[in-house]
Amino acid sequence: MSTSAPTLTPDQIEAFGDELDAIRARVVADLGARDAEYITGVIRAQRGLEVAGRGLLMLGILPPAWLAGTTALALSKILDNMEIGHNVMHGQYDWMKDARLNGKTFEWDTACPGDQWRHSHNYMHHTHTNIVGKDRDIGYGVLRMSEDQRWNPYYLGNPLYAALLATFFQYGVALHDLEAERLVTGETSLADKRELLGEIWRKVRGQTLKDYALFPLLSGPSLPFALAGNATANLARNLWSFTIIFCGHFPDGTHEFTEEEAADETRGQWYYRQLLGSANLTGGKLFHIMSGNLSHQIEHHLFPDLPAHRYAEIATEVREICERYGIPYNAGPLHRQFGSVVRKIAKLALPPLPRLGGSRRNSETASHQLAAAA
Amino acid sequence: MTVVRPRELGQRLLHSSLAEALAFPHGVDRYVELVRPLLVKREVRAEVTAVRHQTPKSVTLTLRPNDNWHGLRAGQSLGLAVDIDGVRHTRSYSPAGSQRAAGELELTVSTHPEGRVSRHLRDHARPGMVVGLTDATGDFVLPEPRPERVLLISGGSGITPVMAMLRTLCDEGSARDIGFLNYARSAAFALYGRELDELAARHAGLRVARGFTRGAGAPLAGRFCRDHLRAVADDHGSAATFVCGPPALIDAVRAVWAADGLPEPAVETFTPPALAFDTDAAEGVVSFTASGRETPNTGLPLLEQAEDAGLSPEFGCRMGICNTCSCRKTSGAVRNVLTGEVSTADDDVVRICVSVPVGDVALAL
Repeated sequence: MSTSAPTLTPDQIEAFGDELDAIRARVVADLGARDAEYITGVIRAQRGLEVAGRGLLMLGILPPAWLAGTTALALSKILDNMEIGHNVMHGQYDWMKDARLNGKTFEWDTACPGDQWRHSHNYMHHTHTNIVGKDRDIGYGVLRMSEDQRWNPYYLGNPLYAALLATFFQYGVALHDLEAERLVTGETSLADKRELLGEIWRKVRGQTLKDYALFPLLSGPSLPFALAGNATANLARNLWSFTIIFCGHFPDGTHEFTEEEAADETRGQWYYRQLLGSANLTGGKLFHIMSGNLSHQIEHHLFPDLPAHRYAEIATEVREICERYGIPYNAGPLHRQFGSVVRKIAKLALPPLPRLGGSRRNSETASHQLAAAA
Repeated sequence: MTVVRPRELGQRLLHSSLAEALAFPHGVDRYVELVRPLLVKREVRAEVTAVRHQTPKSVTLTLRPNDNWHGLRAGQSLGLAVDIDGVRHTRSYSPAGSQRAAGELELTVSTHPEGRVSRHLRDHARPGMVVGLTDATGDFVLPEPRPERVLLISGGSGITPVMAMLRTLCDEGSARDIGFLNYARSAAFALYGRELDELAARHAGLRVARGFTRGAGAPLAGRFCRDHLRAVADDHGSAATFVCGPPALIDAVRAVWAADGLPEPAVETFTPPALAFDTDAAEGVVSFTASGRETPNTGLPLLEQAEDAGLSPEFGCRMGICNTCSCRKTSGAVRNVLTGEVSTADDDVVRICVSVPVGDVALAL
C-alpha cells in the first residue's frame, strides 16, 4: 500500500523548499486583524460553550440538560485543546504580542502541563517528525506503529493498548514526557523525573478538582449527573483527539525515516520529510475547526507556527506544488484514513512474516529516495 | 454589622480561590473580560470616556482606569497599549491631568507622520474603547514639599507633563509663583490654550506666556531666549524649573542656566536622542538563554539584536524611559548608550532598547 516517493535532485529539493518558503513569507506578511479576530472569536465560542455546558450540567438531573451540557462541555474541551491550545502553544499567535496568547506561557484544559507539551510536541515531534527512535509520537512509547520498531511479544496487545490510550488520551499525553518505556528499560529513573512528575501532579490535581469535585459538588442534587457529564465530555475529547492525531502520521502512505537519513538535512529536505511523514483529512469547514485544523496535518508540519485557520487557504497551492514535483500528497476522508490506522495497529501486533527475497518495508522506499536526494 | 454591597460581593466571589479553582487553568480574568473587560483582577486597563480634538494633529482622551491602577505623580509617564491590525502596540505617554483628579486620566497624544499608535488613537479612539495601561514611571516630578516658585517650560507635545504639574499645583494651591512658558509651531498647533487662560484668570500667582515658533499672533516671537523668561518669572534662578520638549529647546534652556551659573533644570524629552552605535568594533556573541538562540554581536541595542534574531521582546518607548523592555542579563557586560554606564554584574536588569553589548552577553530572553 506504500506510495513511492519520487527521486528528486538536490536542486529540485531546494527549489521545492524555496516555493514553500515563499508561501510562508506571503502569509506572514499578511497576518493581521483577520487572524486576531478569528482566534478571539474561537476563544469566545469556547468560553461560551464551557460556561453553558457547566451551567446546564448543574441541572443534569434533567436528561435534556445533561445531554446538552455534556455536548457543550465536550465541544468546549475539544476547541480548547485543538484549535486554541495546540495552535497557540505553537506560537501561531505570538506576532500579536498579546500576553494572553503567548505560545510560551499558554495553558490548556487538559491533564498535560503546557511546558511539557511544548517540549515533547513542539520540539521533539515537530523537529524529528517520523524519525524512528527519535519521534516519540510514533506509538507514544506504548504502541508499535512502524515496521521499523522491532517486534516483541508485548506488542501482541497493540490493539488493546491503543484502545486504552484513546480512552485515557489526556493522561497518555500528560505522561508522554516521562518516557515510561525508558523508565522500564532502566535508561532513566524516576528520580530524574521528579520535577516533571511534580508539574504533572499539580496540573492533574487542578483538572481533577475542577471536573470531578468542585463543579459536581456545586450541582447539588445533580451531583452524580454532573460527574458523569464531566467524565463523558473528557472521554469524548480523548477519543476525538486520539482519532485526529493518529490520522496525522500513521495512515497508509506515510513514511518513516532513520536517524541517519535525517542527519544534516537542508531546509528543502526537512520540508520533504515533513510532507512524506504527514497525512491530511478531507472534510467541511466545521470539521477542520473541530480538528484544530490538524486535518491539514501536511500544512501544519510544513508551517507549524502559521495560524492554523490559514492552512485551508494554502492547501491548494501546496498540493499543486507537490503535484508538479511528483511528491505524493496524502489526503482522504476520516473513515478511510482512520480505517487504515486501525488496520496498521492490528497488523503490527503480529511479528513480521518471513518474506521472500526482494520485498521491501514500506518506509524504505521513501527513505532511500531521501538518502538519494541528500 | 458591615453591609456588603452586591458589587463588592460579586468582586469578592470573582477574586476568591474557589473561582480560580473553577476557572483552572485559564484563570477567572479570561472569562470575566469577555463580559466586562475592566473587571479583570490583574491587568491595569482603562476605558476611554471622552475624546476631543484640540488640534488637527492631536487627540485628547479622558480615561477611567480600573481598580488595578496605582495612580501617578504629575509629570510621570505610563504605557498605553492598543491593538492595531491584530498586533498589540505599547507607547509611553505623560498624562496632562492633575494628580488630584482621582479615577480619571487625561492624555493628549500628538500625531506623527510615522506614529502608528498616535494616528490610530486620533482616528479611531471612541468612548467605550478599552486600552491597556502599565504603571506610571519616571522621576520628572514635582518635589515634596512643593517649592515656592516653579517655572514650567515646554514645547510641542512636551506640554503634557508640565500641564499635569501646573494643574496639580493649582489644585493644591501649593506654589506661590508659577511661570508657564510654552512654545507651539503656530496657533493651530497650540494645545490647552483655553485651559491656560482660565487657570491664569483664577490664580493670581500664575503667569502664562506663549510663543509660536513659526507663526504670528503670539506675545513671544520665535524660539526660546533669555528675554522670554521675563514674561513669566522675575528671577528664574530662584524657581524650581522643569523643561519638557524637543532637544533644541532643552539645549537652549540649559545654555541660559549654565551661563547664569545655575544648577541644571529638570528635563525630559519625547524625541529619541540620535545615538551613534559603533557597529564596526562590535565583537562577541549575544545569547538568548530562554529561547536558546545566539547571534553574533552587531553593536546595535540588544532589543534590535533580539528582534533580528526572531524574538519579540516586549517594548514601549524604545528610548530608555518606560522600562517595558527591561530584562535580566545573566552574564556579560552592556553599555547604556544614554548614560555611558557599563553594567558588568551578572543578573543586572537592563533596558535592552538602550543597551549595547560589550563583548559576550547572555540575556534571559
